Amino acid sequence: MEILVCVKRVPDTAENEIEIKGDGTDIERDDLVYSVNEWDNYATEEAIQIRDNVGGSVTVVTVGDDEAEEVLRRQMAMGADKGILLSDDAFEGSDGRGIATILKAIVKKGSYDLILTGAQADDGAAQVGGMLAAMLDLPYASLVNKVDVGSGKTIKVGREIEGGNQEMSEIELPCVLSIQTGINEPRYVGIRGIRKVASVEIPTHGAGDLGLSADSVGTGAARVKRVDYFTPEMGAGAEILEGSIEEKIDKLIELLKAKGGLK
Amino acid sequence: MAQIFAYIAHKGGVVDDSAAELAVAARKIDAAAEVTAIVTGSGGDVDKACEGAAKLYAQVWKFNHADLAYPNAEIVRKLLTDVLPKDGIVLIPHDTFGMDLAPGLAIKLDSAYAPDVVGIDGMDGAVMKVVRQEFAGMAHAHVTCDTAAGAVLTLRPGSFQPENGAVSGSVTDKSGDIGDITAKRRFLEVVEAETGDVDITKADVLVSVGRGIEDQDNIGIAEELAEAMGAVVSCSRPIVDAKWLEKSRQVGTSGKTVKPKVYMALGISGSFQHLGGLKGSPFIVAVNKNPKAPIFQVADVGIVEDILEFMPALTEKLS
Repeated sequence: MEILVCVKRVPDTAENEIEIKGDGTDIERDDLVYSVNEWDNYATEEAIQIRDNVGGSVTVVTVGDDEAEEVLRRQMAMGADKGILLSDDAFEGSDGRGIATILKAIVKKGSYDLILTGAQADDGAAQVGGMLAAMLDLPYASLVNKVDVGSGKTIKVGREIEGGNQEMSEIELPCVLSIQTGINEPRYVGIRGIRKVASVEIPTHGAGDLGLSADSVGTGAARVKRVDYFTPEMGAGAEILEGSIEEKIDKLIELLKAKGGLK
Repeated sequence: MAQIFAYIAHKGGVVDDSAAELAVAARKIDAAAEVTAIVTGSGGDVDKACEGAAKLYAQVWKFNHADLAYPNAEIVRKLLTDVLPKDGIVLIPHDTFGMDLAPGLAIKLDSAYAPDVVGIDGMDGAVMKVVRQEFAGMAHAHVTCDTAAGAVLTLRPGSFQPENGAVSGSVTDKSGDIGDITAKRRFLEVVEAETGDVDITKADVLVSVGRGIEDQDNIGIAEELAEAMGAVVSCSRPIVDAKWLEKSRQVGTSGKTVKPKVYMALGISGSFQHLGGLKGSPFIVAVNKNPKAPIFQVADVGIVEDILEFMPALTEKLS
């Protein structure tokens, strides 16, 4: 089975406090720790496991600048066979549709049975997988937390739905699946693993190679645009307990007793 | 002004809370707009859902077909692509079905797509200004959406306060307009979540841990605190993803909905999916080392500390 996994390099929200720049144009990016989008990591692991079970190959692709190459190498260190970087100044400012348009072009250059994306990324939009599938006229399932690949032309997938329930469907190949966290346990990648793939050639494609006209991607084509980041006016929020850790605990115990939180 | 459509989610004919929220959102886009509710389903369920929708919307379009009995996003997408005008504004709840349906629908209608919208500031000509969140709720963003060629929006559940006041709308049976809705994805069954060794939905006090617990070995620290408090341990999604606790202990839209009296959110940032599982206005105590964690906006009491220091200290004080 030929599998393409679409990944993205994002600021790691588990590792960073996100601060908005004074003028709201962006977040403070100077000291951010970047990593591969968490959902994408599960998608890559799933692809590797499927390949190991039924054969084939795993290709990881990303749209980004030169720095995005590091996430491709990381996924190759996990066990992906190939990496492809899609990079061009013309891609900057693309909205979800623009990114899906770029990915569609690379899908068309290959022959894939299964295309995986993460269920969502840093912008929380959860859109590229579904858009890509519709552009390619392929069947799609989102929030996938189980993939059963047999030998036939269809596979069985589970989707995570409300209440922790799982919706099982049968879906024809080729198809696009957006992978939910928790579907597997992504393998650990050590520094040695990264070194092993450090010198592997990663082909880069720009708009021209992909046959994309400049007006179909990037800022010009975007119909959805972020104007600014801002800090909303919130309600009072929590009463923040101050003082030493002991003082905070004493105050909290008092409050918990009053609210029935201690037995 | 473009026509606005609202996709009505329902279960067994009972209209979801999102139906009323979408009606409010539609008025924020254009107070005078003609808004049409779209109800798809089969048999008695769809009739009942139409009745519910007609209390919220002046016009309801009914689509009744055996293949619509269970909402399969591919089938509903084909239907909507056929029956909706290309330049309309389509509102869909940002739930697990909406996420499955909406991105592809936007492509097929060749409309702009604004996902997971939490606020609508209004229209300026054909440009709609909306509010979204990024970075797991840590940053808000104003976003413009060019609706000139139509738009699909998904709206985050709970973001738009439903208003009182019922209308008595009319239902139009549009089932005759249903064309080819064959799909390459076939629904098989829903596998119900397993019930675990404890039922967190019945607990009065929950000691709930998130990413801040850092390591599987630290789960014991939370268990000791729960024991000292007479509470039950629950958790947020990353803990279940890491397989450190069972799925049955997860609070959130993709886990359990709980109604405790007191909720201790320990090392939990407070994503909307997590908070969606918290009902009945519990007294929320948030402990997090990140003072900017969104959980502090909804908690009653906040403590900025590392939970790995705070929990053992609290346990010791209690025992």
